[in-house]
Amino acid sequence: MIKIRGLKKRFGTNEVLKGIDLDVKKGEVLSVIGASGSGKSTLLYCINGLEPIQDGYIEVDDTRVHDRNTNVNLLRQKLGMVFQQWNSFPHLTALENVALAPRIVRKKSKREAQEIAKKQLSHVGLGDKLDAYPNSLSGGQQQRLAIARALAMEPEYMLFDEATSALDPELVGEVLDTMRLLADEGMTMICVTHEMGFAKDVSDRVAYFHQGILEEVGPPSQIFGNPTSEHTKKFLSKTR
Amino acid sequence: MEQVFFTGLQWSDAWFLVEAAQKSLWISVLSISVGTVLGIIFGWVLHEGRWIAAGTLGTVLDAFRSIPLIIQLVLFFNFFPIIGFPLDPFQAGTIVLALYTSALVANVARGGIESVGEPMQRAARSLGMSYWQNLRHVVWPIGLRSVLPSWIGVVLGVVKDSALVSVLGYVELLRASQILITRTQEPFAILAIVGVFYFLISFPIGRIGKRLEGKWSS
Ligand SMILES: Nc1ncnc2c1ncn2[C@@H]1O[C@H](COP(=O)(O)OP(=O)(O)O)[C@@H](O)[C@H]1O
Ligand SMILES: [Mg+2]
Repeated sequence: MIKIRGLKKRFGTNEVLKGIDLDVKKGEVLSVIGASGSGKSTLLYCINGLEPIQDGYIEVDDTRVHDRNTNVNLLRQKLGMVFQQWNSFPHLTALENVALAPRIVRKKSKREAQEIAKKQLSHVGLGDKLDAYPNSLSGGQQQRLAIARALAMEPEYMLFDEATSALDPELVGEVLDTMRLLADEGMTMICVTHEMGFAKDVSDRVAYFHQGILEEVGPPSQIFGNPTSEHTKKFLSKTR
Repeated sequence: MEQVFFTGLQWSDAWFLVEAAQKSLWISVLSISVGTVLGIIFGWVLHEGRWIAAGTLGTVLDAFRSIPLIIQLVLFFNFFPIIGFPLDPFQAGTIVLALYTSALVANVARGGIESVGEPMQRAARSLGMSYWQNLRHVVWPIGLRSVLPSWIGVVLGVVKDSALVSVLGYVELLRASQILITRTQEPFAILAIVGVFYFLISFPIGRIGKRLEGKWSS
């Protein structure tokens, strides 16, 4: 379980997260929506310790992410992350991209790491691209490669930061399908997204962020059907 | 008393030049190797830039880059005996060339590190890689590929600049050629031969660089 209490995050004097309380249970899929600049990406970065925080805490399975004594490199193995930009390692083949972290971080043998990589590449539908270099793959394929790379660490949680926003429209579907697949398999997921269809169909709950505040959180039926907050209403009327 | 002046070129002179070329090569290889390792470390410090060290180091390296090498060589060579460590021309030349190389490589290395964007490094760290694993397995190979041409440029420059060590009396190619010219009065032939030697040292370096670039960009 991910447990966030009183989380505050500032960049200089700019308070980007203004006291967030949020729980994400095992097996749950949470979609995070909100205007650009409302702090959605920052929330994900804080959850896996890529950004320091100023107040409150985040616990992942009872481990405090920002605690001095926490081995954050170890913790991150539990938290797969997929970014807007896919960031494939350009000098490595698809197989090597995925096998690298299992080998050097999880200390698997080269063969084991490659087995894991093959399995995860097939998982995301790239079983026939093992030896391809990223520059020969489409954006959608590279994003699925990034998903496979994160899955190869056998994470318990997956954090998606607008995984489809940088893609050409015709490539969005294949990535959303992969995310849907993971959700069906029971992966715990936090998905920052602009894909309202995905948020509606796939998530158990939807969180709406407004200017650094968690304005409203609830099942998709509530957020999309009967939002209580005026801000939420306004945001959704604009995106439709 | 043997008459050694004003005799024509002899076969033994060829050997003299080959030996001198070996010395040029040796001082270049040594100072480029040491200078590159130092330069990479310096480049990393400059990139991290957190410490006062980075500011100080930046200034020192700027000095090495901007003061003409020949002045650095003479200053250094004459400075060390004063503090009680007399160095022979080879040692002084190698140290100065290595530091000079490190100053050039530091800039290249910093550029290489910075060519690997923050998002790429965040992705690496998000996989659980430590700071050093990210540096070793992501920043290093990607950065190296992007700055290889600049580094080759530095190397070729330093090979040529190694000729300046001749002012300290170290008998490398240029010095050897001067000695032969004085004796034979055939500057044209000798300088042409020496030019060919420098070319033979530099050409393969450029080719290897091109080969690697080609291999990596495919
Ligand atoms: N590294 C950073 N340094 C300074 N300000 C930042 C940084 N990252 C994000 N911000 C600021 O924090 C705010 C929230 O950004 P972000 O979390 O990216 O929003 P979102 O993902 O919802 O679009 C924005 O105002 C942005 O300018
Ligand atoms: Mg964002």
